[in-house]
Parts: sequence; C-alpha cells; structure tokens
Amino acid sequence: MINVWTIAKREYRLYFSSPVAYMLAFFLFLVLGFFFSYSVQIASSAMGMQQGYVPGVDITMQPMAVMLVLLTPALTTRLLAEERRLGTIELLMTAPVRDWELVVGKWLGAFMLLLTYLAVSLIYPMILNQLISPGVDQGPLLTGYLGLILLSAATVAVGVFVSSLFSNQIAAFAATMGVVIFLWWIIGVIGQVAGQTGGATELARYLDYSGHFYENLLRGVVDLRDVVYYLSVTALSLFLSAMSIEVRRWG
Amino acid sequence: MIRVEGLTKDYGLRRAIEDLTFDAQKGEILGFLGPNGAGKTTTMRILTGYMPPTSGTAQVAGFDVVDQSLEVRRRVGYMPETVPLYPDMTVFDYLKFMADLRQVANAEDRVDELLERLGLLDRAESYIANLSKGMRQRVGLAQALVHSPEVLILDEPTIGLDPAQIIEVRNLIKELGKDHTILLSTHILSEAQQVCNRVMIINRGRIVAEDTPERLQDRLTGSRRVSVQVGGDGDGLASVVASVPGVARLTEKEDGRLEFETVPGMDPRAEVARAIIQAGYDLLEMRPYGVSLEEIFLQLTRDEPTPPQPAEEEMLDESMSDMKDLNLKS
Repeated sequence: MINVWTIAKREYRLYFSSPVAYMLAFFLFLVLGFFFSYSVQIASSAMGMQQGYVPGVDITMQPMAVMLVLLTPALTTRLLAEERRLGTIELLMTAPVRDWELVVGKWLGAFMLLLTYLAVSLIYPMILNQLISPGVDQGPLLTGYLGLILLSAATVAVGVFVSSLFSNQIAAFAATMGVVIFLWWIIGVIGQVAGQTGGATELARYLDYSGHFYENLLRGVVDLRDVVYYLSVTALSLFLSAMSIEVRRWG
Repeated sequence: MIRVEGLTKDYGLRRAIEDLTFDAQKGEILGFLGPNGAGKTTTMRILTGYMPPTSGTAQVAGFDVVDQSLEVRRRVGYMPETVPLYPDMTVFDYLKFMADLRQVANAEDRVDELLERLGLLDRAESYIANLSKGMRQRVGLAQALVHSPEVLILDEPTIGLDPAQIIEVRNLIKELGKDHTILLSTHILSEAQQVCNRVMIINRGRIVAEDTPERLQDRLTGSRRVSVQVGGDGDGLASVVASVPGVARLTEKEDGRLEFETVPGMDPRAEVARAIIQAGYDLLEMRPYGVSLEEIFLQLTRDEPTPPQPAEEEMLDESMSDMKDLNLKS
C-alpha cells in the first residue's frame, strides 16, 4: 500500500512542477467564473428579479462536471503512456511493486489533483451563500460534490486504462478524449434514440455516464445505484489497466 | 546467487534465447558477451522479474523469478540498457523516489551517501534532462544501488560514454564487485576481459563458451604465439628460428622482428633463445602474446565460417575442434 502512496505523491507533485496543473486550473476556473458571474448577473437584473430567479449551487457544479470530463484526458494521458515511451516502466516493473499498486498509484495521483480543483471550486457556493438569502441549499451541494468526486474517480480510471494501452501520447490523448465523449454524451443519446423498446433502453439508461450524475446526484438525491455505477466503472477500469500491464509482461 | 536452468524465451515465433544454463557465485562479476540481438537483454529482463520465461527456471538470491518475483525484485538492482530516467525530476528527487519505492529506511541519508560515492553531489538539484550522458549513467547506477542489492544486473553499463567515463565506470564496477554479485552485459570484449571474473559468450540465444577470460584464451588457442626481436641486422634469423623443433607458422614482421606459433604441447622457447644467441644475434625481446578475446569472439559468433584461406586452414580447423569441445563442456 505504501507503494501506491509513493507513486501517487510523485505524480501529484509532477503536475505542479510542470505547467499542466496551472493551465488546467486556468481553463477550469475561467469557465466556472464565467458561469457563476453570468448567473449572478441575471439574478440581479430586473428581469431576473421579476421572475424570482434564485441561482442554486448547480450553476457551477453543472459546468464543473463537463469540465472535469473534458480536462481528465490531459491529466491521464501521460500517466502510463509516458512511462512506456521513456522506458521507465521497466524500472517500475522491476521494482518490488505489484502491477495493481502501480496502476492505483497513478490513478490516485491524478485523482488527487482533481480533488484539489474540487476543493478550490467550493469558493463559489461559499460566495453564493453570502449573496442569497437564506443561503444555499446544502443538500444538493453535498450530493452534488459527492457526484463530482465519484465522476472524477471513474473518469480518471478510464483515462488510466486508455493510457496503459499506448506509448504514443498523442494517440493516448485522442483515444481518451474519444472514450470520454462517448461515455458522457453519446451513450445517453443512444438510450433516447433506442426509445421505448424495453430492455435495451433500460441498459442504455444504466450505462449513461452523465445521467447518473445529472438525474439524481445533482438534484440532491443519493441513489445507491449511481454510487455503485461510478465505483464499478472505477474498479473495472483499474482492473483492466493492471491486466494490460500484466499482459505486456508476457509479450 | 544466480542460478539459471534451461531458460528459453520466445517472442511469438522468434526464439530469443534457447536453453540457457549458467550460474553466478556470490561476489562474482559475470560478463555476458555477445553481439547485438544475441539475447543478453532478454535474459536480464527475465532475471529482474520484468517478464517471465517461456520455459526453464531462474533463481536469483535463492528465489524463483516467476513464483517469488517480488522477493527477487527486492534483492536485485537493475540498470537497463537505455538508462531510463525521468527528465523532469531532479537527481535527488528521482533517487529519493526510487529509494521510497524500494522502501529504503532513511532514504534521504542513503541517497546523499550514493550521491557522494558516485560524485553527483553537486548535481543533486539539477534536472535529469540537463545531465550529460555520463552523468545519467551514474544516476542509473545510483538507482540500481539505492537499496544495497545482493545482485546487480547492468545492461551495457558503459555504452555511449567517452573513454574517461568508461574507465571510471569500469573501476566503479570492479569496486562494487567486492560486495555485490554482478551480471553485466557488453559487446566490448576488452571490457569483459578487464572487469569480469568469468565470461559467457552468447550468440543467437545460446551460450557458446563460458570461462575466465584467461582460460578462454588458452583453451581456444592451444598453441602459444611468441614474438621475437633482435638488435641490428636480422638477416637469416628466420631460418635459425624455423630450424628449432616445435616452431610452426613463422612470420617475419620487419627487419629483426618475427613471430611464430608453437606446436601444441611443445614449448620450444628456451631452445629458440639459445639458437638465436648461438647464431650471434642480439636478442632484445622475446615475449608471448595471446589471441585477443576479440578473435575468439569472432570465431564463436560468426554465423557461418567463411571458407578458410589455404594458409590459415590448419589454424581454423584447430579452433573449430576447440569450439565443439567448448560446446560440450558448457
């Protein structure tokens, strides 16, 4: 277990010793800040007042979810693909570290960076809490952040898996982006297009990556199925990543 | 310390190594000599637990490389051929990371100790990307040594270094050989000759010879080669020397200088010296010289023996029979 921490710590630090962590933070908070100030402006405008619009905590959580999904490929692409390109994977694989420890360590390093972003983003609900009375609704805030944490965990794990398949970073990045876009936007659409034909819809709805977040967690509802869904995606992806490394040993 | 039996590895249809059997004792520096693509790196990767063999067994420090891979990896220090390093870390951070991965107690002290030993102290805070090839090589060695392993496996440790650095690294390896069992691969023959206690020549995945560098020479040559130098005019020297029984294949090099081989089993050197002096020449020098490991290596790893030149027929035949002999023994 200590190996997981050693590897995660290195990854986490490396994000900050390169421009990656700052660049991504810049984009993320630019977008969040835009949505936040826009919503607050509308609420304080004459029309907003008239309609009684009160911004909720979802004004930043909703774009945050999309941004996390889009930024993750930039974080995870490097994790294993670069080790393979540099050849340093040979040192990790001959160090007394189990394959799953390596994979989980890599995942944890990137996940911790997203947790850092999430922690910083709490500033928006805190400001909002001062602006509206009687303050923000804490239920959706808690479940929303639970959702964002689960979503980050699962997306990073998917990214680790894709990264484990490539040694070319550009290919790994494009593939991760493709997978993430497919999970976030396309599966849900397939579910809707498949329409009301029984079992298939049920399956598509269960697999809908964004649906589990939007439909329940963002609205303050914690359904065990959603939690299990994201945790399973995380576990399965990490398992497949460890397998992918194991398989390469036999190459 | 290292015990390998019947080790075979296939990459798909290509057989990289076939039925390798060898061992290395504690405190030994074993050289793995062979042309590129002979299977040196493959063997080393199996021994370090990077990948499993197709068949056969290998034990390192008493543990099986497949079933007890983690135990093996704890006891082995490995420097791969390309010396993979993270360019975006400082030397100190990198070594600290490797020490932590190997769960070294007092990692920072240990890293400082190694930095000092390898002359890297003033580079501790440099980024690896900015290091010269020689410096990187030292960092790679430091990384392999960080947990004081029982066995060190070094894949081409001097490749790409300048002559001064090569000597430096060789001396370092010799020194390390006092406390560690070392398996190193090289395709530079003089390196194996200088550094190793024992040399294995590997070609196309098979061990073709194994012995100490000196004995390897003796066994392969059978006959001695002697060089003679006289002062002044050397006219007629060749016929004087050639008349001594036991002298074969005499060649005149320049005026007053010649070389000859002895007939296997005979040592005519004393008679040759006497004959030269009795004939009135001033004998300045008479010294034996060995066949270089280089020649042995070429003989052993040649894919197909080229048709022998008439003059060399005898010698090639001899070495061929010696070669078969070696194959049987190894």
